[in-house]
Amino acid sequence: MSGQLLHNLLLFGRVLRRLGLDVNPGRMMDLVSALDHIEIGKKSDFYHAARTLLVHEREDLPLFDEAFELFWRKPADANWNNSQWQGLTRRRKKPGPIVTHPPLKEAAPESNDSASTTTEPMTVIEVTRTYSDREILRHKNFAEMSGEESEAVKQMMSHLLWKISERRTRRHRLGKGNRIDLRRTLRRSLRSEGEVFSWSYREQKSKPRPLVVIADISGSMERYTRLLLHFIYGMKAALTQPVEAFVFSTRLTRITRPLQIRDLDLALKNVGDLVHDWAGGTRIGESLKSFNFEWGRRVLGHGAIVLVISDGWDRGDVELLTREMARLKRNCHRLIWLNPLLGAADYEPLTRGIQAALPHIDNFLPVHNLASLEDLTKRLADINRRSNGGGSPVVDRKKPNHEGHKVHKGLGFLPS
Amino acid sequence: MNFTSIDSLQSAMRERNYIAERGLATSLYLALKLGRPLFLEGEAGVGKTEVAKVIASLLDTDLIRLQCYEGLDVHHAVYEWNYTRQMMHIRLLEARGEKANEAELFGPEFLLRRPLLQAIEPSRQKPAVLLIDELDRSDDEFEAFLLEVLSDFQITIPEIGTIKTANPPVVIITSNRTREVHDALKRRCLYYWIDYPSFDKELEIVGTRLPQAPAKLARQITGFIQALREMDLYKLPGVAETLDWTTALVALDQKALDPVIADETLGAVLKYQDDVDKIKGEGARLILERVNAEVG
Repeated sequence: MSGQLLHNLLLFGRVLRRLGLDVNPGRMMDLVSALDHIEIGKKSDFYHAARTLLVHEREDLPLFDEAFELFWRKPADANWNNSQWQGLTRRRKKPGPIVTHPPLKEAAPESNDSASTTTEPMTVIEVTRTYSDREILRHKNFAEMSGEESEAVKQMMSHLLWKISERRTRRHRLGKGNRIDLRRTLRRSLRSEGEVFSWSYREQKSKPRPLVVIADISGSMERYTRLLLHFIYGMKAALTQPVEAFVFSTRLTRITRPLQIRDLDLALKNVGDLVHDWAGGTRIGESLKSFNFEWGRRVLGHGAIVLVISDGWDRGDVELLTREMARLKRNCHRLIWLNPLLGAADYEPLTRGIQAALPHIDNFLPVHNLASLEDLTKRLADINRRSNGGGSPVVDRKKPNHEGHKVHKGLGFLPS
Repeated sequence: MNFTSIDSLQSAMRERNYIAERGLATSLYLALKLGRPLFLEGEAGVGKTEVAKVIASLLDTDLIRLQCYEGLDVHHAVYEWNYTRQMMHIRLLEARGEKANEAELFGPEFLLRRPLLQAIEPSRQKPAVLLIDELDRSDDEFEAFLLEVLSDFQITIPEIGTIKTANPPVVIITSNRTREVHDALKRRCLYYWIDYPSFDKELEIVGTRLPQAPAKLARQITGFIQALREMDLYKLPGVAETLDWTTALVALDQKALDPVIADETLGAVLKYQDDVDKIKGEGARLILERVNAEVG
């Protein structure tokens, strides 16, 4: 191989890496040795060889194609470093390490901006809050919080203990189960010349269930969005199993990857970059449909629990919503709908969207204050094995648990 | 058979009734030359598993298939001792007044060889084709184990020792993407995404696989399926469905597709009730009209 070609090849590898493709030196060496087996003069074979060796995600294929086209048109161009491929980076789904301006702040201005000018009757929250201060904050609706309070709640949120109930896998290990471990039994019997005196058993291993969160970030949810994103981030960071996160208002965006970053502020900034319909209209049906069609098969395996967070103000097609809720329900272990409005004592789920969704929901829970989140953690930790057979959903309103705090009506069932 | 170029591989596959895109042929050719596993992804029914069968037949070697599922463990993927035979053996010896010898009990005679072990059997004269099918159905534990096996093609059985082969198998891994397979594993492999074929390609596939199908019927079916893939369906039909449908209609002695028979046999193509409801009747009629105008 000519030195020039090798040089270009390495340059190309570097370009791909900077675009965010997972290209390592090993792969480049493979490509170099692959060139011995193909006719280099044939561009299409060279293209296919590079493609099969340097890309291993379907999502990256279009990006590779464009980069290939651009690069090999004029590979020797020494200026091949900045302007040309910058246009490409933008289109990559997984955001690279490059961070640009955060629109999140503008889109959800509620919390921070009003912080200094707030006239909430709530007194200043000390860093060491007293028990009763914390109690008040626990029950305060997210939507009514001052900036300072919401900061305090974010702090408290990070202390929530997330644990999700386990499902039994089909994998076994030595233990007290009811499967005989023949291998071990036989081995032990050899000590007594082949006489079996006691049986060894294997038991089923359990694993925590995967979790999928689909959150509404439309205009009507705006007052909750910021805190809910914090909540999703915290949950994802705390859990060891896969947590997939999606947001929608008029269309669905997957935010799992940006949320993986360790730095919370950076993660939320990246989410802000990725999502283009903050505080827009609501099309729950359409969004759930794109979830079901594009992602359902990929993320709902292994007995997943799905949390849909929305107030149910839907301007879309109700029939579609019904159909897609039913599909979603069929494909997951437990479908939980979290509705911030359910926190209000006089709220009745009468909107068309909620009415359409209700028959397919296993649990209908409030998500308007810290106490409701704590309640959620407990519920997720002991979801029993059977799902709620698809009858009318259990509407769980918290019982008033502290005197003086009028919270909600008691536990009740909705008439179907 | 030893292939000297991508062209020769591609045409050899065609002789075995597999119509491969140039890209797939390149990936496969390089996988053979570089001795790397080939990771095939694509929607269900685009012919991923078929690739392994064809390549095994071309290389005139054994196809060893490991179907993945959750909880797949060493005992089902690699080896297991034949306990019942071992116990019988102990009893027989006992009846003769002898004592069982452990080395003998855990010898090759009592070993059940599962696919991964079969694939690296040292006695093999030429490399086998190892198909690891639907890897996405297995779990992390198995993936980790597989990664280890694929890196040095050797397996250690405590009672016997390390088994290693001079002729490592050609490995084809398939996934339907019901779960993301770990990057570390994909990084070891050549990757190829099998797309749905174009009209011409699919028609060619139907023609090669089912030469008995009337030409008009084949064109109509292919056009119909291609139109369905443009539609907003939960589960798009794959090439497997095209072939199933054609087979069904040939069995029913149909010379051409009409709205009535299309409706009646739609179950061969669409596997979800929602999708059937959407297409049945009016929808099927409209598609067929369009198809007839274009390719009839």
